[in-house]
Amino acid sequence: MSEKRIRVLIAKPGLDGHDKGAKVIVHALKEAGMEVLYTGLHKTIDEIVNTALEEDVDVVGLSIYSGAHLPLSKKLMEQLKENKLADKLVLVGGNIPSGDAKIIKEYGVAEVFPVGAKLDEIIEFIKRKVGEQNEKT
Amino acid sequence: MKKPDKPEEIKEISLESGIKVKPVYGPEDIKDLNYAKDIGQPGEYPFTRGIHPLMYRKRPWTMRQYSGFGTAKETNERFKWLLGQGQTALNVAFDLPTQLGLDSDDPLAEEEVGRVGMAIDTLKDLEEAFADIPIDKISTSLTINPVASVMLAMYLVVAENQGIPWEEVRGTTQNDILKEYIGRGTWIFPVEPSIRLTGDMVEFCSKNVPKFNPFSVCGYHIRESGATPVQEMAYAFEIAVAYIQEVLNRGLDIDDFAGRIAFNFDIHGNIWEQVTKFRAGRRLWAKIIKERFGAKNPRSMTLRMIAGGGGGGLTIQQPENNIVRGAYYALTSALSGTQTMALCSYDEAYTIPSKKAALISLRTMQILADEMGLRDTVDPLAGSYYIEWLTGEMEKKIVECMKKVEEMGGMIKAVESGYIQEEVSRQAYIQEKRIQSGETTKIGVNKYVMEEEKAEVEIHQFNPEVAEQQKNKLKEIKIQRNENEVKDALLGLKKAAQTDENVMPHILKAVKSYVTLGEITRVFKEVFGEFKEPVGL
Repeated sequence: MSEKRIRVLIAKPGLDGHDKGAKVIVHALKEAGMEVLYTGLHKTIDEIVNTALEEDVDVVGLSIYSGAHLPLSKKLMEQLKENKLADKLVLVGGNIPSGDAKIIKEYGVAEVFPVGAKLDEIIEFIKRKVGEQNEKT
Repeated sequence: MKKPDKPEEIKEISLESGIKVKPVYGPEDIKDLNYAKDIGQPGEYPFTRGIHPLMYRKRPWTMRQYSGFGTAKETNERFKWLLGQGQTALNVAFDLPTQLGLDSDDPLAEEEVGRVGMAIDTLKDLEEAFADIPIDKISTSLTINPVASVMLAMYLVVAENQGIPWEEVRGTTQNDILKEYIGRGTWIFPVEPSIRLTGDMVEFCSKNVPKFNPFSVCGYHIRESGATPVQEMAYAFEIAVAYIQEVLNRGLDIDDFAGRIAFNFDIHGNIWEQVTKFRAGRRLWAKIIKERFGAKNPRSMTLRMIAGGGGGGLTIQQPENNIVRGAYYALTSALSGTQTMALCSYDEAYTIPSKKAALISLRTMQILADEMGLRDTVDPLAGSYYIEWLTGEMEKKIVECMKKVEEMGGMIKAVESGYIQEEVSRQAYIQEKRIQSGETTKIGVNKYVMEEEKAEVEIHQFNPEVAEQQKNKLKEIKIQRNENEVKDALLGLKKAAQTDENVMPHILKAVKSYVTLGEITRVFKEVFGEFKEPVGL
């Protein structure tokens, strides 16, 4: 029997219009065999959480280049918890200084992949973490 | 191992645009080139060598760094400081809520007020931003797109209040909405009504503000989103053609406005590919305007541009290397015959530029203009076998790429369907894979990588109090303004938007009555609706 494909939601929260990084990730994850949904620009955290819920994704990836990564990541994690989606693997990418990456991980984000992160490493990370999660359940 | 010494034994080199490069070029490669017809003197059709006869010998390029953050007052201080350091023009950065037509008290603006540029809610803010800056002497570029019409109106009222007649107002609103759907992403309304707003502005300016550039077509952001240099030029030209069609449909003559069309292009990557994309671009644009649109005035045929060092070439790793990259980009820009230059600062992969970083960028351009001989003679690369050959190849490629868009029914259709967005994001992915595999070298990223590097970059601290200040100011203004005037202006605006009446006089009336940017945008949203992004990749 074939394994269930990993479902990923790549989301652009807030007003930031830099979508090159998000779209590159969409291409890379698709090529790696995952099912990838892309929200498009200007989404509120509410909209992103709703999509994650409706589409039953395994992974939520936020892409942020505006500098508002701290409040946006925090809000996402809070709302995922409220919606009993705390088990989702959450990743944040974009223009993130290393000091802020630590803070974002304290919110419960699994990993931060700043500009220049290796696509192969992101793919491996998702496969490993989702695999571990599936073993648990 | 035997060293390769014959051309055919040397590894093949391909430019980003797919053109193969030989190790040596000679007279054979340009034997069909006709100087008078294909190149021409600087300032003469087809303008391959430059749009002015004397270029920098007469006047150096304009230096226009992008800046703005926090409140209008803080930004005004930075503007005056930059002008004091010898910068010759301004390029204004607005925060994202402003760029998207949201007031600072809008819930969607939370955490974004004053972050990536200055916040503008009403005329009062823009007045503060330009306090003590003579806007008839300093040309200003306003980097705003879907609500450019509102910013233009505010700017004209600021001019009026400074006692400057509209005929003397020089400047540019970026106002290239088609590229916003492709890259950069500050769009609000659907494509058709957005283009109508551009048409209203062009029509209004051609009659009332003749020295103003109502739009600047941006290949820059398309390239930053992943496009090749050929796609950058081809898509920019197709965008410009779409705007031209809109204005011609209103009965204007091409020569009424083509001389005020401006372009904004990107420089990073292979130096020769960049220089020749501009030489080819000038020649091709001149032909399009003359042959396709029948322009008579030579000025209409000139490709006037800002060519800036692109952030896409800069790296997070070893950020000081970006100072060096910036200098090479500036050199490339000067060799390309640009009218205006701007450079991303070395810290821009991290933050809004510090004063120090912004000053280094400005000094880079000044050193180039005053120390290195770049102003001595026009288009010094002309006549080089390689440069002339490559100029021809780039032109062919740009024409091919434009043809594909035209076969789809033009740029509006190609953007609405998501075709261009897909092409550009696919190219971005290809380029990213090339860098990650090391096929394309990036120093500090995939070659000469250093462990344990600690970036010495001063991070711009976002001031969360700006939002509160803006909200309070907005409250004050709403108490003081005449509500009847406000209602009246908004009603008039709505009626104009619903018909084909030009909206500019109504926006002017509204901003004078301190109607907010958000209130005006809401009227447009009611009438026009909002853009639905095609997200299939």
